[in-house]
Formats: sequence, C-alpha cells, structure tokens
Amino acid sequence: MQNAKKEIILFSGLAVLVLWVLVAMGPAFGVRVLAEASCYAILALGLTIQWGYAGLFNAGIMGFVALGGFMAMLFGFPVNEDFWNTDLPAQLGGVGLKALFGIALIYGSTKLYKLGFPGKKLRLTLTLVLSLAVYLWVKTSLDPVASAIESQAGFIGGFGWPIWIGWIVGGSLAGLIAYFIGHICLGLRSDYLAIATLGIAEIIKAFLKNADWLTRGTLTVSPLPWPGPGPAEIGFVAARAVYLSLTAVIIAGLVFLLYRAYNAPWGRTMRAIRDNELSSSAMGKNVNGRRLEVFIFGSVLMGIGGAALITFNGIFDPSGFLPLNHTFLIWVMVILGGAGNNLGTLFGAVFVYVVWTMSEPVALYLLDVMRNLGEAWFAWEAPADLDSRALQARVFVIGLIISLVLRYAPKGLIPEKVAHHT
Amino acid sequence: MALIETNSIYAGYGGMNILNGVNMSIEQDEIGVIVGPNGAGKSTTLKAIFGLLNVNEGNITLRGEDITNLSPDKLVHKGMGFVPQEYNVFTSLSVEENLEMGAFIRKDDFGYMLERVYSFFPDLKDKRKQPAGELSGGQRQMVAMGRALMVEPSLLLLDEPTAGLSPLYMNEIFDRIVAVNESGVGVLMVEQNAKQALRIAHKGFVLAAGQNRYTDTGENLLNDPEVAKSFLGG
Amino acid sequence: MNEFIFFINIVVISGAVIGSIYALGAIGVTLIFGILRFAHFAHADMMTLGTFLVLVLTALFPAVGPAIGLPTAFVMMPLAMAATAVIAIGIDKAFYKPLRENNVKPVVMVMASVGVTLMLQGLIRFFAGTGSQSLFVDDRKAIFRIDLPFESASRAIVVTEPQILLFLFLAVAVVSLHLFLNKSRLGKAMRAMSDNPDLARVSGINTNTVVGVTWIIAGALACAAGTLLSLDVTLKPDLSFMILLPIFAAAIVGGVGHPYGALAGGFVVGFAETLAVFNWAFLLRPLEQALPWLDLPNNLAFVPTEYKITIPFFILVAILIWRPTGIFKGKVI
Repeated sequence: MQNAKKEIILFSGLAVLVLWVLVAMGPAFGVRVLAEASCYAILALGLTIQWGYAGLFNAGIMGFVALGGFMAMLFGFPVNEDFWNTDLPAQLGGVGLKALFGIALIYGSTKLYKLGFPGKKLRLTLTLVLSLAVYLWVKTSLDPVASAIESQAGFIGGFGWPIWIGWIVGGSLAGLIAYFIGHICLGLRSDYLAIATLGIAEIIKAFLKNADWLTRGTLTVSPLPWPGPGPAEIGFVAARAVYLSLTAVIIAGLVFLLYRAYNAPWGRTMRAIRDNELSSSAMGKNVNGRRLEVFIFGSVLMGIGGAALITFNGIFDPSGFLPLNHTFLIWVMVILGGAGNNLGTLFGAVFVYVVWTMSEPVALYLLDVMRNLGEAWFAWEAPADLDSRALQARVFVIGLIISLVLRYAPKGLIPEKVAHHT
Repeated sequence: MALIETNSIYAGYGGMNILNGVNMSIEQDEIGVIVGPNGAGKSTTLKAIFGLLNVNEGNITLRGEDITNLSPDKLVHKGMGFVPQEYNVFTSLSVEENLEMGAFIRKDDFGYMLERVYSFFPDLKDKRKQPAGELSGGQRQMVAMGRALMVEPSLLLLDEPTAGLSPLYMNEIFDRIVAVNESGVGVLMVEQNAKQALRIAHKGFVLAAGQNRYTDTGENLLNDPEVAKSFLGG
Repeated sequence: MNEFIFFINIVVISGAVIGSIYALGAIGVTLIFGILRFAHFAHADMMTLGTFLVLVLTALFPAVGPAIGLPTAFVMMPLAMAATAVIAIGIDKAFYKPLRENNVKPVVMVMASVGVTLMLQGLIRFFAGTGSQSLFVDDRKAIFRIDLPFESASRAIVVTEPQILLFLFLAVAVVSLHLFLNKSRLGKAMRAMSDNPDLARVSGINTNTVVGVTWIIAGALACAAGTLLSLDVTLKPDLSFMILLPIFAAAIVGGVGHPYGALAGGFVVGFAETLAVFNWAFLLRPLEQALPWLDLPNNLAFVPTEYKITIPFFILVAILIWRPTGIFKGKVI
C-alpha cells in the first residue's frame, strides 16, 4: 500500500516534469526529449535485465550502442553508387573470402587432435602462429582495398534497406559479441566482466572511428532514414511523435515479455542465482548458462536501443560515443529507478534523461551567472573554455548520484518487489 | 570464578536462533569439550563466544566480565585465542610469519613466545621458513594453534582441531592440547571424535538442537550409558 | 646498425617506459584487489588527480627544481604523493568503507569506484580543462644522447631525464615495497589479510590500519605513475579508461593480489603494445638491400597505432581463457 502511494507520487511528479518541458521548451523539443528518453529506456531495460536480474556488471554499454547504430547505418543508409559501380565490391568480397578461408584454417587447426596430431603445446603454438599469419595476410590484402575505397568512393555506403532490418541485425550482432565475452568471463570473478566489457566498448569505438572505408570515421554519416515518415514529410512534431509511438510499442512489448519471464521459472532461477550463487549451483542450476542467456539477451536490447537512438539522432558519428553518455548515464537510470524493476527502470530512464537534458542549459546558466559575478566583483577573468568545463562538471554529478544511491538507496526509488513465500 | 561462562545464550545468523539456551562454564585450568550430533550448534557456540555471530539473548562472561557481542579483535586483546576449523593458516606466509601475525597486537618483544610455541610443537621449528600452505594437515593445525597462543591467551577456543587428520596425528594433537592446557591455558573445544576428546576433558558438554543435553565431567559422560548410546556411537 | 638503434629507441626504451608506468599502476590495483577484493576503476583518475596536484605545486614553486638540478615536477612529486595518499584514504572513508561495512557484494564496490572515478573526472576537467598540459612550467626536459662507438652508427640512443628518473623511481619503489611486505609487521599483516581476511580479523590484526596502508601505497604509486608518465609526454586529463585497461590487464596477467606479478605484467603489456605497433619494415630494410627479390611493404606493423587499445584487451582475454590465475599464481578468481 505504502509502495503504491509512493509510485503514484513519483509518476505524477514525472508527468508534471514532462508537461513542464513540453510547455516551457515547446512541443518539438519536448517530443524530441521524450523520443530520446524512450530509446534510452530500451537500453536501460537491457541493463536492468543484466544487473537487476542477474547482478552482471556491464561497463561497456557504449560498445553495444555503437554496434547497433553502425548496423542501422549500414543497412538503412542509401546505396553508394560510386562504390558499387567499380570493381571494389569484388575486391572486398575477395578479402572477405580470404578471411573466411583463414578462419576455417584456424578452426581446423584447433581440431587437429582428432587426426592424432601430437602435443597440446605444439597444437596451441601452431594455432597461434597460424592465427597471426592469417591475420597479417588478411590485413595486408584489406589495407589497399580499404584505401582504394576511401579515395574512390568515400566509403561503402549502406544497403538501402528498411532501417529496422539494421536494428535487428544490430541487436543480433551485439548478442553475438556478448556471447563471446560472456563465455570467457562469466565463470570468473564478477569484476572481470566489467573490465572486459569496458575494453570491448573502447575497441568497438576505436574500430568504427578508424575504419573510414566502412563508416567514414570522423566525417560522420547523415542523414539516416527513419523507420516512419521523416520530419521533411510531416513536420518535426508529428514525425517525432510517430517515432516515439514506435519506440513506445517496442517498450510495451518488452515490458510484457519481461513481466512474463520474471514470474516464470526462468526468472525465479535467475533471482535465486543472483541472491545466492553457491546454493543455486549446489541445487544443480546451471549458473553460468543462465547468466550467459541473460547477458546476451540484455546486450541484444542494448544493440536495438542503440540503433533506435542513433537512428533518431539521424547521424552516425563514431567519435560521439562517450562512456558517460552511453554507459554511465544508463547506469544511473537503472540504479536510481530501481534495478530489477521494469517500472522503476522506465521511470529512471525518462526522469534521468529529462533532468540530464535540462541540466545542460542550467549548468551553462549557472556558470554564466558565476562568470558575471566574478568579473564584476573580483575582476576575475574566466577561462575561455568555461562552457565546455561546465558541461564536464555534469560528470561529477553523475558520479555523485551513483555514490549516493549505492549508499543510501541501494534498491533505487522504486525497488524490485520481492514476493515472499512463507 | 569461572574462566568462561555462558548463561543460556540464544544466538544465530540474522534473527534466527541456532542456539536455544546454551549453558557452560570452565575453570582456568580445565579443558572443556563440546560434543554432539551434526547441526547441534557446537561450532555456533564457539563462534558466538568469539563474537563472530550475534548473541540475541543471554550473556557470556570472561572471568566475570561481560563480553557478550564484543568483536573478535577486542576479545583477542582480552586474552582469547580462536582457531577456526578450516582455512586456519595464512597459506602464503611462512610458519614463523604466521606466528608473528598471531602476535600482531603485541607491542613487546615476543621472541620468547616463539620459542615456547616451538617447544610445544617441535616439528614447526625446522619448517619455520616454509610457507604454511606446504605443510601437512596436522602441521597446519599446529601452526594454527601456535598462532593463537602467541598472545598468551588465558582461553583457547578450538573448532574441531582434529577434523580430517589421521588417527596418528589426532592423538598427537590431543597430546599437544593437554600440554598447552597444563601450561595454564584454559581450552574450550568442539570435537567430532567425541570419545577421544572426552578422555582428555575435565568437562564435557553434550549439545543437541542448540541446547545442553548433558553436562558433566568427561569421565562421567564417557561412562554414562545413556550418553554412550545416543551420542558416542554405543 | 642505425636500424638497430632505432629499434632500441622505439621499442626497448619506449616499451620499458610504458611498462614501468603500467607496473606502478598495476601494483596499486593488485594490492587493492588483494586486500579489498574489488577492481578499483578509479585508479586511472587517481593517477590524473595526483599529476594535477603536481602541476599545481610546480606552478606555485617553479624555481625549486633548477636549484636542485631536477625537474621541478619531480621534486614536488613526493608532496603530491603524500597528498594523493591522504585523498585516497578520504575517498575510502567517504565512499567505500560504508559499503564495506554493509557487506555488499564486490561488484557493488566496483560500481562505487566507477562513481568515484566519474566524480574525479568531473573535478579534474572542471579545474584543469581537457587539453594537454606540460609539467615543465619553468624548466626544460633534458635529453641525453648516447653515441655508440661503431662506424656504422650515425644515430644515437636517446633517453630523456624523466625516463631515467622513472626507471630509478620504479627500482626504488619495488625494493622498498619488497622490504616493507617481507620485513615489517604491517607489511606482513597486509600479506596475511590478502591471504585470508577472516583469519586476519580473528588473529586480532587491525584490518582498518591495513586498509589504510593499502590506500597510502596505492595512492602514492598512482600519483607517481601519473606524474612520471606526464613528465615523459604530457598531462592528458582524459586518459582515464584508456590507461585503465592495460593496468587491469597487467594486474591480471601478473596474478591478482601479487605485487611482483603486477610488475612483470606491466612490462609484458608495455612491451606487447610497443612491439605490436612497431613498424618492422624499418628493421627489415637492410634485408631488402641484401635480397633484391624481396619487396617489403612500407608498413609492417602488426596493429595500427589507433588500435593499440586492442593489445591489452587481447592479452586480457588470452590470460582469462588459458590461465585466469595469472602467470604468477594469484589467489582470487
């Protein structure tokens, strides 16, 4: 009863906040913020599954976001005729075939023991040397093709397919990467997963940023087509509203699925593992298998959410992926809202995103006041980059919120409801 | 005045009690042995005395001073030593370093105490530079007891000191415990090998379901047909 | 011959420099891992914070260094190390200790350290901006050229003063740490607590003191690592996650909770990075002259410099697959 009351108060507060933004900043801006918040909500749902259901620390959400965004761009962006009308696609295909052949060779070398090939160490060395050779071979054949593409066609462009295909592929690819990382790390200490995901995110970003032939790198790709009608056709407010309703449908579907899964045996097993790993594994639960499922599923959502977010932004900019905006902001949404509680996560996503967006003008305004006062009273000469510093200071606030929530409200504002069976 | 006394303590993890009124007391020159079936709360009693879990009701006194729910490090200062059943040595530290860690709270020169521990456990002297993790189970137990003795405690708490040891080593450990006791250290220990343990005990406590079932001298308990039938395997 | 000297300059010296930096960071990370049992994500920003303190001190007293004949920043480093150590203890008291006392899971501690790292980042960037800065405020970097007594060697081996100071500092730090851990009571208590925290508590070891000492060592070394790195190149306030990954990789390669392992791991990761981005074509060019049929590409680096971050990651993945305990057996997995 107490909880229901608190939820009503929190959600009405959120509604007032959203209304205020809509009125004060205009509907075009307001709907934009809401649409972006809804994309973040998909990301946050992915994280709440990983962290709230299974206690997995994913410090590399940014990587999955970037991957989803890249796939959306690759599939949805119009075809680049400059590229397809040359023999470059054939050359690129040749490199691809070489890579496939090389991977088959390496895979074969790991199966040599079936032919009775002696010595475990010898086989391992052989595989390593072979991998290195294949890597160098593929790399030296790719390099000239890549620079030819860059000089003749800019980049390979997209496939010109409906962009939602890219969303799905992006989600699947994110899941595939999650499978590999999870496979390696989930049997080990929980910290190692955090370190590995942090690493993979930086690597994905470095790759997308520097593979100019594939992504145009720092030149960025825009405009990305929208799954619904674009602003040019029906105006900003309407187009954004259509987009928002699309993401809202996705979220509703996800929440329904998660609700079912959470209360199904699968969800109960998950929570049992999270709360007491030892006894669950003693009861014969496949702890790492379950965790891997959760990790993959959450990452798929992050890929889709990332694709939705980048598509909405309309621009694919690999340098724009920041750990702060695309990893830790989502962490704040989840732990502040209530990890493991879908409603809490949605609340956290919308609330934190609105506050985050509004904090930019507020921080600039405060800094401006400070600068004027400083100049007037102390003849203080403000550094020229004070504005960018003011935005940097928001990092501090995010960190502070994480620390405070962990200490004073470890279950978040709307905690997970634990049903006690007595 | 009793060295250690527990007055109907109720204790357990969280709010749930595992001990439901345990009474025991031993004098300075005595060995007390706690026996009983699995799950009777034997180790829990030791942990409750040593402040490793919450005592919810009742009190514990050391020479008349109330020590209920004091933290382990305070109890070490008050002259209590505790040897856990498992993981009771620092495996990566040498034998001598293990003993030094036992004397961590001492600010004086404890060299003489090292020698005294080596005289109790001569095996250890030869191995004092060796990492404790490389020793046999019995030797580890000696290191663990030696570590606890370094503060010259008035009371030594031992949690199943002979668990997993061969009969040969078991007897040797019992001999050492008697020797330690004769040097003036009160001993309260939990034992699975009830018969052998009661043989060296001045006092025995038979626990069942978190309560004292029988309390008597070791000898009387051994000779009590009821106890023998129910708890000592005939 | 010149090719060989080039190799020494680019690979041996640079690898040793970056390896030493990683080692200094990884020793702190591994000690925290061993004693407090969580991966300290705020370590990189603690390095930056320490360096920033050095920068402030150097700007305040620019004349001190020239008077002694050392870079001012290096003279100021001990002060900043002490300050960073105090700050580290303060951070522990404010943010980690309350959680520790609630017996939270290690992964919650990891997240708390992420919170701390974001706060530090915010503060540093707010006060220092995001641009690179030089620690040489009023003095210049001394560079030593060592000519080799060979006919064919027209190039010289180049070492800078900060690099020499780095090697000396690392040697002194490692020897002192070794003596501390093996000879002093507190050092032994640290090893004991990292070995078996429950038994340490039962033995009457004051675990709060041990935790404090851990933060002092980790904080001081982090400050030194950041300062010595910035003396060699420049102070980059946004290094953070980029340097965190190799440091974690070094700590895990060396075996978590194992300071000597962290030292070795630092050099493994450092040299792996430099060897991977080194352009082997330079070294093989004489071969091309000798064998006319050989046609080498201009760039024979294994990994382009932009992808340097992949090296520690692959080392990390490899070690997690084949030997999660590290090359020296760490205890916590």
